[in-house]
Amino acid sequence: MAIKTQNRTDPSVSQPETWKRTRGDISVTAASHIVLVVWSFVVIVPFAWALVASTKTTGEIFGDPWSLPADPQWGNFENAWDKNVGEYLLNSVIVVSGGVVLTMLFGSMVAYVLARYTFPGNRIIFYVFASGMMFPVFLAIVPLFFVVKSLDMLSTYHGLILVYVAYSLPFTVFFMHAFFRTLPTSVAEAAVMDGASHTGVFFRVMLPMAKPGLLSIGIFNILGQWNQFVLPQFLSPDRPLLTQAVASLLSNQRYRADWGTVFAFLAIAMIPVIVAYLAFYRQVQSGLTSGTLK
Amino acid sequence: MQYGKYRFIVGFLIAPLALYAVFVISPFIQTFYYSFTDWTGVSPEFEYVGLTNFELLWKDDLFREAFFNNMFLLVGLPVLTVLLALLFAFLLNVGGTGAGVRGIAGNGFYKLAFFAPQVLSVPVIAVIWYVIFSSESAGLANSFFGWFGLGPYEWLASPSMALYCVLWVLTWGSVGFYLVLFNAAISSVPRDIFEAAFIDGAGRLSTFLRVTMPLLWDTIQTSWVYLAILALDAYALVVVMTIGPGGPDNSTQVMALRIAQEGFQNGKAGYASAMGVVLFFVTLLVAALLLRATRRERIEY
Repeated sequence: MAIKTQNRTDPSVSQPETWKRTRGDISVTAASHIVLVVWSFVVIVPFAWALVASTKTTGEIFGDPWSLPADPQWGNFENAWDKNVGEYLLNSVIVVSGGVVLTMLFGSMVAYVLARYTFPGNRIIFYVFASGMMFPVFLAIVPLFFVVKSLDMLSTYHGLILVYVAYSLPFTVFFMHAFFRTLPTSVAEAAVMDGASHTGVFFRVMLPMAKPGLLSIGIFNILGQWNQFVLPQFLSPDRPLLTQAVASLLSNQRYRADWGTVFAFLAIAMIPVIVAYLAFYRQVQSGLTSGTLK
Repeated sequence: MQYGKYRFIVGFLIAPLALYAVFVISPFIQTFYYSFTDWTGVSPEFEYVGLTNFELLWKDDLFREAFFNNMFLLVGLPVLTVLLALLFAFLLNVGGTGAGVRGIAGNGFYKLAFFAPQVLSVPVIAVIWYVIFSSESAGLANSFFGWFGLGPYEWLASPSMALYCVLWVLTWGSVGFYLVLFNAAISSVPRDIFEAAFIDGAGRLSTFLRVTMPLLWDTIQTSWVYLAILALDAYALVVVMTIGPGGPDNSTQVMALRIAQEGFQNGKAGYASAMGVVLFFVTLLVAALLLRATRRERIEY
């Protein structure tokens, strides 16, 4: 839980001075660092290599994979821009903005009602939503395509947004449900005494109190929807999002001979996410993992 | 609080429920319905064919191959990922100089680095690894192994190696997430427990195996289920990274890819739906078996 991590005890700080360092300890530490550094390289090298490759020529990428470019090819980025990377980026931004805002609104509304009100069917509705977390989208992709097609929503922003929201609801409801249950009831009761309506209590009292939870699940949804690939691949063939455009880099003949441009395209897709991750990594890590711990 | 309660409840639930019913529940139910038909997906006409699709599926060698590839990933991915993540969590938490419970310096950096693949999309990761696994001798993987006098290998172009490449990339991308998950779980255990174990003379390893692991069991159990579901999918990575897609000699076929190919390219929506039904029951069965097999008494602290 996001809340728990704030008062966690981090073993690396505040260690009593009474523990004595021994030679055995030091060699354990050294061995640990070696293992951890090796895995750090295994993770970082592919990304770093891809970023460097975005400024190399195709000949350099495959002829001399470990070297820096003799002459940085910034033109690769111009070429990538010419391949409409800006348009795909915009498509992704529009769909994800709409999708996340609506997911958060609908998800908290459902979670709040299910967590705070007793009414017949409450448990059933909760389980219907929760069971949606279990199954890959793939089970239903063929009928889903035809549902979206019959609504005339293929390759539209609103169609994708609605589908994203529907598939993000299970986890959002599940997570926010648990969160609303932990909030105290006294504040809401006081607001009711002061004459607030049910809706007023939700928007003015409960939502502001749920901010930490909204932040965690918001980050989860932003990343999840930004990286969504299966849904747009089938539902938005004529208005590709960034993930689809990246996926088609390998199958599309337009790029084949020009790997520098492929990597520049990749870099444009990666850099905003990496920068956001470096800036908010604590929130991102707790946002992505906190729900799983429940 | 009673005034207007039901109107409020209905008002809040109606739009999200409608959306969920149209785009999630109804396609899932339709999958079951169409699995008993010969629907092509193109023409609006189709007929009820009973269990024919399932009989064909039983004899479909390609689907069987895809099924066994998923099973390979289902065993390999959770085992590799959980073991590596536990090992790294162990090193991060007890690898420091000092007592048996001391965390290692640079802990924050390692978590930052290891977790990074989790925030990038599967297509980005797939393209990078596709190029790394180039079969040319100057490809990144081949030039690395060349330093040790190994290779060059065919990687994704080799029917016997391609699936291992898929397993590797899935594991590579997942370890950081589970490391951070396990680490958060370890951090939420009160320190007194570790100190008590230390005072009782337990070393690093036995503290980890006898104290930390049992306390983490719930988290590990959840991880098995999540990783199993990931292994039963694997569509995005296979479709972008492997040749074909589906690999040389269909060596990286997975059930999800078969559904997409039959449903959208071969005009066999009914048949693809039958595959979806099989995948549904396999997922359900695997999750139930895993939860049952890993059930232990919950330790409260």
